[in-house]
Order: sequence, then C-alpha cells, then structure tokens
Amino acid sequence: MTTERDYGQLLTLTFSTPMPYEWSIGKYGSLFFHEIRAHQRFIGIRCPQCGKVYVPPRRLCAPCFMELDELVILANLGTIMAFSVVNYPFPDPATGEQRPIPYTYGYIKIEGSDNIFSHIINETNVERIAVGMKVAAVFRDREEMQGNIQDIKYFEIME
Amino acid sequence: MDNIAIVGAAQTTYERRKKDKTCYDLVFEMTKQVLEDSGLTLKDIDNVITVSNDFLDGRTISSMAVGEAAGAHDKNVSTVEGDGTFGALYGAMRVLGGFNTTLVVAHSKGSEGDVKHITNAMFDPIFQRFLGLEAITASALQASVYMDRYGIREESFAQVSVKNHGNAKNNPYAHLPMDLTIEDVMGSRKIADPLKLLDCSPVSDGAAAIIIANESYTSKAKTKPVWIKGLAHCAEAYFLGDRDLADPRSLRDAAEKAYAMAEITDPMKAFDVVELYDAFSYMEPLWLEGLGFCSPGEGCKLLDDGITTMSGTLPVNPSGGVLSAHALLVAGLARIIEAVLQLRGEAENRQVPGAKTALAHGINGPCGQSHCVWVLSSEK
Ligand SMILES: [Zn+2]
Repeated sequence: MTTERDYGQLLTLTFSTPMPYEWSIGKYGSLFFHEIRAHQRFIGIRCPQCGKVYVPPRRLCAPCFMELDELVILANLGTIMAFSVVNYPFPDPATGEQRPIPYTYGYIKIEGSDNIFSHIINETNVERIAVGMKVAAVFRDREEMQGNIQDIKYFEIME
Repeated sequence: MDNIAIVGAAQTTYERRKKDKTCYDLVFEMTKQVLEDSGLTLKDIDNVITVSNDFLDGRTISSMAVGEAAGAHDKNVSTVEGDGTFGALYGAMRVLGGFNTTLVVAHSKGSEGDVKHITNAMFDPIFQRFLGLEAITASALQASVYMDRYGIREESFAQVSVKNHGNAKNNPYAHLPMDLTIEDVMGSRKIADPLKLLDCSPVSDGAAAIIIANESYTSKAKTKPVWIKGLAHCAEAYFLGDRDLADPRSLRDAAEKAYAMAEITDPMKAFDVVELYDAFSYMEPLWLEGLGFCSPGEGCKLLDDGITTMSGTLPVNPSGGVLSAHALLVAGLARIIEAVLQLRGEAENRQVPGAKTALAHGINGPCGQSHCVWVLSSEK
C-alpha cells in the first residue's frame, strides 16, 4: 500500500515541447482558401454520380468512390443546423493560448451544398440563437488572410 | 496454411516532398491504382487495412482520416500502426480467417513532420528521450556494436550503399538513384559515427498498396497471383540495452518460422531474390545473417563475393532498397511489392531473370526490435 509519505516521493516528468508540422492542403483545399481571399465566398464540388455538393471541396465522394472535379461557386450564406455554446476552458490549437469563453461552435449548411460545414458563430447568448437561423460568413481583412480556416472570422446571424 | 496470394500491387514514386498531395490523396491514388492493377473493383474488396502513424500524420487516430480514401466507406476497416509488412501480415491473417480479399494501403509524408522529433518519441520518455536518442543515433550504436563484434570496417558498409544506390538507377520509383564509389560514401558528411550521410536512408514521401486474396478469388483477378508460402514475425526487448544489437535474434526466429511454413531448409538455395529493410547500410549484412543466408559475422562477405549483386546468385535489393527510398511505414510494403513484381516478371530493368521465390522483410521499432519475414512464390 502506498502511504502518503511514499506518494510524495514519486516523481513525474513534464514534456511541453511543441511538435511542428507542415501539412499539404492539397489542390482543392488550396482552391477553397484562394477563393475566400479573392472573392470572399466559398467553393464546393459536385459528385457526378449522386449529385451531392461538398464544401469544402475534396477529391472523392466516399459513398460513390468517385473522383470529383466539378467545382461549384457558393455564396457566403448558410443555415444553422446545430450549435453549442462552449463554456469550458480549452487551449486554442492555433496559438496554444487559452481561448476566451464562452464561444459558439456551429454546424452550418452552406447554401447550395449538401453536407455541413462547421465554424464559429459570433453569438453566445442561447436566447438569441436557434437552429434554422440564416447566417453569413464574415472574413478577415484581405491583407490579413493567411490561406487557412481562420480567414473566416465567424458566421454572423442575419437579422 | 490455406493458399492465399497477392493479386494486386501499387506504389507511388518516392521523393522528398510531395507538396501537391495530401495523405488522403496518396491513399486514394494507391487504392485506385491497386484495383486497376488487379482488375478487381471495390465491390470485390471485403475488408480494408490502413497503415499509418499518428505522430507522422499529426492526427489522433490517423487511420480514420484515410479510410474512405481507401474505399472503406461502408466496409470493414482496421489499422496497423507500424511497418507495412506488419499491415500486410494482418491482411493475410484476415484472408486466412475467412475474408475473400483484403486491401492493404500504407502512406507517410515524412516531409510534413519533424522525423527526428518523431523517432525520438519512440524511446522511453523517462530514461532515454531527453538524451536525444532517435533512429539515427540508435542505429549508429548498433553499427558500432556490430563492427566491434566481428572486426568489420566501415568500407564494407559503404559497399552496400554503392550497390543499392546503383541498383536504384534501374528503379523508376526510387528517391535516390546514384552512381557512387566507396570513396564517395566514406567521404560523405559524418552523421553519427560510424554512419556517414550515404550510409543513411533518406526520408521520403510515398504510399503503396496491395490486395491479398484467397485461392478461390485469385482467378477473378487479372494478375498472375504471387503466393504467400510463409510469413512470421517476432519481437524482442524495448530497451536497446536489453538486447544484443549485433545479434538479430527476433529476425532469426521469424525467419525460421517463415521458412518452416514454406518448407525451406536451405535459404541460400531456395531464394532467387531478397528485398530487405536496409534503413542504414550496415543493416543489409546484419539482416542477411539473421535471415540465415550466412553465419553470424559473415554478412559483408556475401557482397565481397559478389553474391548479393544483380549478377550474383542472390541479388539483394534490386530496387535499391530502403537506402534509396524510405517512406516510413511504406518501405516494408514496398519490399513486398518489389518481390511481387520480381515474381510476376514485371520488374523491368531491375528484374532478376526467372525469379520464382522471393523474400521480403520489414522491421518495426528501433534497430529492428521486431522483424516480419515473407516468403513469396510464383508457384502455388
Ligand atoms: Zn457521389
């Protein structure tokens, strides 16, 4: 049996070195971010077999195992399908810093697409947010864009 | 063992940085290509095995991100985290266990993470990791123990590098085909004594896939089946200091089991070609000893005598081996694929004429902690 005194003798080791990565974004992912920068709108891709439009665009319709190449221009508009106001502390993966809470994580169907996109919704009052509300993406200033998902600042509920 | 065979094979070219491809792209392209090679369709595939490593991909449960690219949407998919030979071994077990076909696909992009960080992270965090031990350092220790045990000179290892980089010139998939001399290798940059730059494999981006089928299904494929006659794996201690690094006993054990399964008593007579996991030049002679092609300490002599060259009686690594292309996890599967191409007679400029029986070998863990041995044959 471990006594309290024994327990105090037990050491632990801290490891806090970051592990760096440089991930390829791929052809369609790159197009998606270029389109945001150039026109502040989204780009999706249509499956020639089942007709489904995916956003962000990807190489493959998995159920059809069909390679995709028909790009579809989509507006920066969508509908809230689900949301959660997040209240627990969590380090921002982009910075390692504590992300301010609360924030709202949203499941958003972009107009003209058939799958669901996810991003932040800039409303944390649960009284003022509901499934079915229309939202519009708000982008970073063009000169601040970096070709990543934070080029979309958040989605804003439309009045 | 029931008759099972490899009926499809595909690999990418290996190169330093495939910036234009995501891991998903690589897996999808290999899946498409291996189906084309076999003449089977996705409907013929009843289970899928992906091979990936979370630290390499920088994702938790990295396998889940590539399953659909491997055609596994609505299929039975499972994963091996380790070298591709072990993924393929699990695939073979699934076919032996009653599936008709298994598709095995491995990928890695060493260019996306920091491979030294990642291989450092395979060591014990409490006692070893902070000292800087990683794949190269550990292998330098192993080379040093091996040299000291048998009085081997660095030039003998350099010769392996010359041979394999030269063989790679016949392999359009290789990362580092090179015309080298022993002096070039000896004079290359010191990495970790006794290893110089040209004793070390590169870190490559790449992917590969195979399809394994049971006997009744092999006739559905358009390829000439390559029969799996024997396969085994064996592991030993985790801590390097708990092992005799100059004596690859887990390899000996795995080889004995695989040979017994294939009814091979004299490997030197039985095999026409060998593809083994030479992540560093010294590994080729050391693994040849473990595989029973010669007595302990005699591995370098095989090359001195010309036996393991392309014109010898037992060409080893006609592809250029891992020294010439090293996509982590993929490299062992590439050994199997190279053996398959040899046995189909499709290895083009690197073909060993008339090859009927081939050995493919992979390792897992530092300094070959664990080995996987495959005996493949063009004949049932
Ligand atoms: Zn589809």
